[in-house]
Amino acid sequence: MSRTLIISLLASTIRLATPLLLAALGGLYSERAGVINIALEGIMLAGAFTAATITYFSHSPWIGLSAAIISGALVALIHGVACIRFRADQVVSGTAINILFLGIPALLCGALFDTTSGTPQLPRSETLPDWNIPVLQSIPGLNQILSGHKPVVYFALILVVATYFVLYRTRFGLRLRAVGEHPEAADTAGVSVVRMRYWGVLISGMLAGLAGAYLSIGQNSVFTRNMTGGRGFIALAALIFGKWHPVGALAACLLFGFADAVQIRMQGVVDIPNQFVQLIPYVLTMVVLAGFMGRANPPKALGAPYSKG
Amino acid sequence: MTNYRRYLYGAHGKTIEMKKNIREIVLPLIAIIAAFIAGGIIVFAVGDNPFEVYDLLISSAVSWPDGIGYTLFYATPLIFTGLAVAVAFKCGLLNIGAEGQLTVGAFAAAWAGITLAGLPAWLLVPTACLAAILAGALWGAVPGMLKARFGSHEVINTIMMNFIAAGVVAYLTQYHYKLPGDAILQTAPIGEGAHIPRLHSLLVPLGINFPERLPLNVGFILALLACAVIYLLLWKTRWGYEIRAVGSNSSAAEYGGINVPRRVVLAMAISGALAGMVGINEVLGHRFRYYDGFSAGYGFTGIAVALLGRNHPIGVLLAGILFGALTRGGLFVDIFTDNVSKDLVAVLQGIIILFVACEALFDPTPYIRRFMSGRNPVGAPGRGQ
Repeated sequence: MSRTLIISLLASTIRLATPLLLAALGGLYSERAGVINIALEGIMLAGAFTAATITYFSHSPWIGLSAAIISGALVALIHGVACIRFRADQVVSGTAINILFLGIPALLCGALFDTTSGTPQLPRSETLPDWNIPVLQSIPGLNQILSGHKPVVYFALILVVATYFVLYRTRFGLRLRAVGEHPEAADTAGVSVVRMRYWGVLISGMLAGLAGAYLSIGQNSVFTRNMTGGRGFIALAALIFGKWHPVGALAACLLFGFADAVQIRMQGVVDIPNQFVQLIPYVLTMVVLAGFMGRANPPKALGAPYSKG
Repeated sequence: MTNYRRYLYGAHGKTIEMKKNIREIVLPLIAIIAAFIAGGIIVFAVGDNPFEVYDLLISSAVSWPDGIGYTLFYATPLIFTGLAVAVAFKCGLLNIGAEGQLTVGAFAAAWAGITLAGLPAWLLVPTACLAAILAGALWGAVPGMLKARFGSHEVINTIMMNFIAAGVVAYLTQYHYKLPGDAILQTAPIGEGAHIPRLHSLLVPLGINFPERLPLNVGFILALLACAVIYLLLWKTRWGYEIRAVGSNSSAAEYGGINVPRRVVLAMAISGALAGMVGINEVLGHRFRYYDGFSAGYGFTGIAVALLGRNHPIGVLLAGILFGALTRGGLFVDIFTDNVSKDLVAVLQGIIILFVACEALFDPTPYIRRFMSGRNPVGAPGRGQ
């Protein structure tokens, strides 16, 4: 294995892991508060579509990015209201949103762009720019891996540290975790279970929307139908693998990103048919889930709707 | 005094029971109406007239013979996947993998039809059907086993199996079962003996003028039979009882002596087998080959069908027909309107699931209870609580 190959694989790993990481961290906030968020996939699609469409009309990727974050929050709000206020089954509600967002972007594409396959291609200037980090870009070898990524990538990496800090060192984080572990105790102590859960769900929506935006206007320059390809679910698996901890989620996402990078590189080069090579991330997800689920400790109140009294 | 109490509790209990049964029917109806209203708003937002769109949708679905014929034809795979998801739900499992299960089922049916093409029809048709059922069962059993043995969530595993199924079947089709030079990703045609007849051939001898061009075939009859079989299985056999017990309360079931892991695997296997039967309708009754991408999201729509049908075979049948009608109408709407595409149907489905899931939204029980306890001086401890 040549040095250039390893370097380019590692660089790809970071790029491919970023949407997973953002979605996984989003899932972290939601699940730590006790709300299962299966809808990450649908929210990512919503974010990807919004980013591409708004960027197309506004000619600014930053406006598109902001719109994607807002749209992610709004979609997550639907999930939140269904699960928190109306006590719907959280997995069913999440699935409903995923189905909805297989259809809504296509419908809107049809109305706006006369085709249901996706948004029109954006010129390179209107996608997210590459950022070259001053010091890192002069280190030979490392510069390809660490510099020259989109700003979203750096945000995601910083977010890991920030999430650790927020979750374990702030009052907000303590309350969030309390609501997910033992909502009755939190309620008795005066914490609003409902409000904390909404916060968790909203943050997860914003991050998942951002992840989707990175897919459509960061990694690519267009939105195509179902472009997330299961990433939202892989992000959930990464979250479980990472034991609902930000650093664990980072490690898991890097692993899945690496599998994705290897799979892409292998196509056409190795003697195994492409269709099988592409399956590597999915098989890996199943293996990981089987191997680690037994030892994983989800937040105790995860998935259970809370009713006062 | 005791007679008075028994009379009151009895009447009260029966009323709660009646309210629950009414609720099982009313809730899905309210969800459908709410979804149509929300969908109408979306139609209006993209620039078309909701009334015109809905009129087109409904009229194209119920006309005779084409509307009904196509509606039932589109309903057939949905009834299978709806039953599949419903059986899994009854065991407390969410089977999102019906899409992958029906893919492998369809391919297996095609494989049998191609490889064993020399066999006579009376042998080949059941064999191909069995192939579809077993392949689907296997594809469902794997996530079931992972859940039973390792506790890993069936939602993610079934979704991963969907991707894996798509990849494996695409590979087999492209490199082993495609006709050389065929540009479309589809297998060679199956042997003549594996074909199952269209309903035209069954209805015309009975005096019903059902045109041959309509693709409604014996697969639909199989779907009806499947509903009956699943009803008997779930409510009249021990296996069915145990599956439902595990779904109701797996700890209590375990305490009662039921082997929970085995029932989980069984439920997922049956679920997968039902989804695999979609292949019978599609490959043996319609295209007579495996055609990559034939499924218009049947697996996911099945979730909506199961939820709307309250996980009961009759409900699934009715909900499947409704969604079949939506599919038929959706195609017309797609062609004959300016701005609305058939994705409207997916949107309607998603909204329906959401509304059905939000049971607390439509739950009249708190209001009834308040009303009842106001009238009933003795109160009603326990019942209906």
